[in-house]
Amino acid sequence: MKIEVSRNKVHNEFAQKVEEISGQNLFACYQCGNCTAGCPVSFAMDLGPHQVIRYSLLGLEEEVLECNTFWMCASCLQCTSRCPKGLDIARIMEAIRLVILRKRERLDHLEVAELSEDFMERVPQIALISGFRKFTS
Amino acid sequence: MEFLYFPGCTLYTKAQNLDEAGRECAKALGFELKELSNWTCCGATFPLAKDNIMALAPPARILARAKEEGSVLTTLCSVCFNVIKRTNELIKGDKEKREKINTFIEMDYQGDLQVLHYLEILKGEVGFDTIKGALKKDLQGMRIAPFYGCMLLRPFEEMEFDDKEAPTIFEEFLEAIRCEPVDFPYKSECCGAFQSVGAPEVATECAYAILNSALRNGAEAVTTTCPLCQFNIDNMQREIHQKYNGFPGIPIIYFTQLLGLAMGLPIETLGFHRNDVDPRPLLEKKGLL
Repeated sequence: MKIEVSRNKVHNEFAQKVEEISGQNLFACYQCGNCTAGCPVSFAMDLGPHQVIRYSLLGLEEEVLECNTFWMCASCLQCTSRCPKGLDIARIMEAIRLVILRKRERLDHLEVAELSEDFMERVPQIALISGFRKFTS
Repeated sequence: MEFLYFPGCTLYTKAQNLDEAGRECAKALGFELKELSNWTCCGATFPLAKDNIMALAPPARILARAKEEGSVLTTLCSVCFNVIKRTNELIKGDKEKREKINTFIEMDYQGDLQVLHYLEILKGEVGFDTIKGALKKDLQGMRIAPFYGCMLLRPFEEMEFDDKEAPTIFEEFLEAIRCEPVDFPYKSECCGAFQSVGAPEVATECAYAILNSALRNGAEAVTTTCPLCQFNIDNMQREIHQKYNGFPGIPIIYFTQLLGLAMGLPIETLGFHRNDVDPRPLLEKKGLL
């Protein structure tokens, strides 16, 4: 992929919004990849969490919002606890989810109607509540 | 000894076996779990967005009400423990947010309650030696893999529960009740958490990796403190069987059930019929039923 890098892009609005919601300084990331290496669900992700941070700084908002990384994140905080720069990466993933969920269109990632009857009978409320808190606006 | 007790929603429904066994063990060990007189759901997730103060209202209200009834609050569920303890730390350390939350919930809470997990009470307040003296059944030879999951441990700086990469409290507990703790590299990995709702196939992979690792290291059963972990690694074994033909299955037993068993409590109070993979054949084989 050809990526044009410019000062304007690096200080883009999207990255600033992510920084604001997460309270994290994306520029602190030096791309060591520790977060992605330790992530228990990285096998299912289009981009590793470290790549999402880099893409955000490069102004690739569309690519970031279209990848599944932050929807796959289970907020287990393994990345957060291992980041050598002290970044709370789980907060960054949450911020990107919220950039989408807080839009006026309210594009929820999950619909109750999509869950099967069998599953609804099995699932404890702890899973439903936390799931809907993460995936819906 | 009396501790305020916050059960949380799931312990009243799918995780009654965690709750009931916990209450029975407390009675038998001589400490009282005083259930909060008025409690709500904690929210089941600690809000990670810095500006999401609304999600802090339920756990803050639980804490403020608890403060009116005592000074130490305990939970059995790891997720409740995580949400309530992190909220407590935040209220303690962030004056601006504390004021905002207090204004919203119309209460005055300063973060001065102590929040302990039941395991911490067993270790620090009751003492593992007391437990050793109260044992009635010999669990020697039970090879149990302790699954910590995430929420008891992380974030380490706020939870201050145990070592973040190499925790030992669960092993110490298992040794106290004469089980043989099985060390396995996945003991503090994620079970998939709420992905069982969002991406069940991903959660199933997480659960499979954990259980496979426990089995390969010789475990006969896995123990947890968390109803969400329990669901993902116990109930979801159905999905694992569909995907992995040779998967033998393994019982997942709450730590309070093991404790109750070791203390010789009546088997019907320990709720083994509620575990999805029935642990009773294993217990029978070990001569414990």
